[in-house]
Amino acid sequence: MDLLSYILEQTINGLQLGAVYALIALGYTMVYGVLRLINFAHGDIFMFGAFTAYYLLSKWNLPIALVFPLTMAATAFLGFLIEKLAYKPLRTAPKISLLITSVGVSLFLEYFLSLEPLFTPNYIGFPRPFAVIRYNLPLFTVTNIQLLILLVTAVSLFWLYLLIYHTKYGRAMRALSHDQEAASLMGVPVDGIISLTFIVGAALAGLGGILYAFAYPQINVFMGIMPGIKSFIAAVLGGIGIIHGAVLGGLIIGLSEVFVSAFLSSTLRDGVIFFILFLVLILKPRGLFGKRIDKV
Amino acid sequence: MNFLVETKRFLLCSVAVYLLFKFFFLFGLFSEYIQQIIILSFIVILTSLGLNVIYGYTGQFSLGHAGFYGIGAYTAAYLGALFKVEGVWAFLPILLSGGLAAGLLGYLVGVPILRLKDDFLAIATLGFGILIRVLLDNSDQLSEFLGGSRGVIGIPKIVNLEIAFWAAVFLILITRNLIFSRYGLFWQCIKDDELAATTFGIDTAGMKLTAFTYGCFLAGMGGALYAYLYSFLHPSNFDFLKSIDFLIIVIVGGMGSITGTIYAGLLWVAVIEGLRLALPASLLELRWVFIPILLILVMMWRPYGLLSRSESRFLGLGN
Repeated sequence: MDLLSYILEQTINGLQLGAVYALIALGYTMVYGVLRLINFAHGDIFMFGAFTAYYLLSKWNLPIALVFPLTMAATAFLGFLIEKLAYKPLRTAPKISLLITSVGVSLFLEYFLSLEPLFTPNYIGFPRPFAVIRYNLPLFTVTNIQLLILLVTAVSLFWLYLLIYHTKYGRAMRALSHDQEAASLMGVPVDGIISLTFIVGAALAGLGGILYAFAYPQINVFMGIMPGIKSFIAAVLGGIGIIHGAVLGGLIIGLSEVFVSAFLSSTLRDGVIFFILFLVLILKPRGLFGKRIDKV
Repeated sequence: MNFLVETKRFLLCSVAVYLLFKFFFLFGLFSEYIQQIIILSFIVILTSLGLNVIYGYTGQFSLGHAGFYGIGAYTAAYLGALFKVEGVWAFLPILLSGGLAAGLLGYLVGVPILRLKDDFLAIATLGFGILIRVLLDNSDQLSEFLGGSRGVIGIPKIVNLEIAFWAAVFLILITRNLIFSRYGLFWQCIKDDELAATTFGIDTAGMKLTAFTYGCFLAGMGGALYAYLYSFLHPSNFDFLKSIDFLIIVIVGGMGSITGTIYAGLLWVAVIEGLRLALPASLLELRWVFIPILLILVMMWRPYGLLSRSESRFLGLGN
């Protein structure tokens, strides 16, 4: 195999991983936009999505066309519940209390779901509902799973773009992230929009969970920690609170992870990602697309 | 030396507690395991106190504390093996070297990242903690002794009740004196209102860095003690979840309260390690279901912790 096709193949792998990161990063960035909160539990919503899909596929034998909407509905409901039960009572508390609460929610979800009758703490093989097919193109090969992931991500990004920039709900979300108080004075229902943000973000994380499990078919209750943190880094890299920044950040993180594993060493890939985070925070703390120059 | 008079209750308490434990240890009333976790609790208190200086007193949120704990442990283990340390007196400089290494690293890392605030600082320190974990996982490429992801084995077991207990008491006193010195007042001023602190002419960047370096130094001391207590180190002992442990101790005990950290540290070790003896394995997993709930409830009702900014009269650590 020559170098060019190897690079192209790794690029496809990186885009596949990056697309999943982008889906998770969108939830982080939207929640940060409206609440100024790093929602540590977001990675666990992603994990919950993968497990819900596992149960729907292997225990109930549902067709794949039903698995997607049902899983997204389940994670959306979980996101809604987390916001109502854990974050809403702390709306006026200091920012750090909210952050610590989200760490608590994350730990709770991981350890509660790892109890024996629920998801168990073991690694579980995820049953792919279809066989993997390789398409041999002139320069590289691509699998149907990679195509599916890229296609689904592109469609949901387009849908999200319409929601945020072309509906009144999206306008309300943007108003909230601009100035919560002013938005509420203009008649934006703050609580409802915050709930909606959590619902949309959690549904995207659930979608990311299904796609991730298709690509890397082993699931575990702690599987959300690292992708969660990396997606957050992606959101910071693109400029937190900025939708297209999160997508680009996710792709950059996915590509760098795959290329570091392919050309350097797979044990170093996390190190490189966090090195990128350091550089971004120190050199350009507002991220690639961040415009405001006030200090973070 | 005025502080010795001010803290006489604390000193008397420590002597009494020490004699009590020594009595129990000598007459073999505690099993090896209980002895070990009692010593561990002093190490945990010491390390959490470091985080309390950084977060509780100075308000700089850190999620990477276990990284500095790990650096202290690995440095002490490496230097101890290099100089073939076996006795208690030879161990003391090794202990100090663990603290100094972590403090130096804290200083170097603190210079760039302490410019960040709140959640961005949290994510930067979290990232740093994971970098340390990656470094420890690959440490066998630096030295065969450090073992990479296999862990370090064969560290002599030197730490006993005396070393851990008196190191903790000594460093608690130092910390208490620092807190009541002008530096401590600067730290608390920065936590309350950084802008106001700047207008008073406080060098906020320098003071934050001092607090961070000192907190990391304490974590390194704790790590060095840990290495020579368990005589086995593994990178997974110093990962993100361990940082969360220290954070929970600081928060539940109370931000800005040495007494709170002492009580919460003891309680923590009793719940995490002690319940292993009392509960069957199936119920043991439930600890981690209830701890996060407790954390969330504390955040809702007492967002600054149970004993925030107060020292109990009983321990006499107040001013």
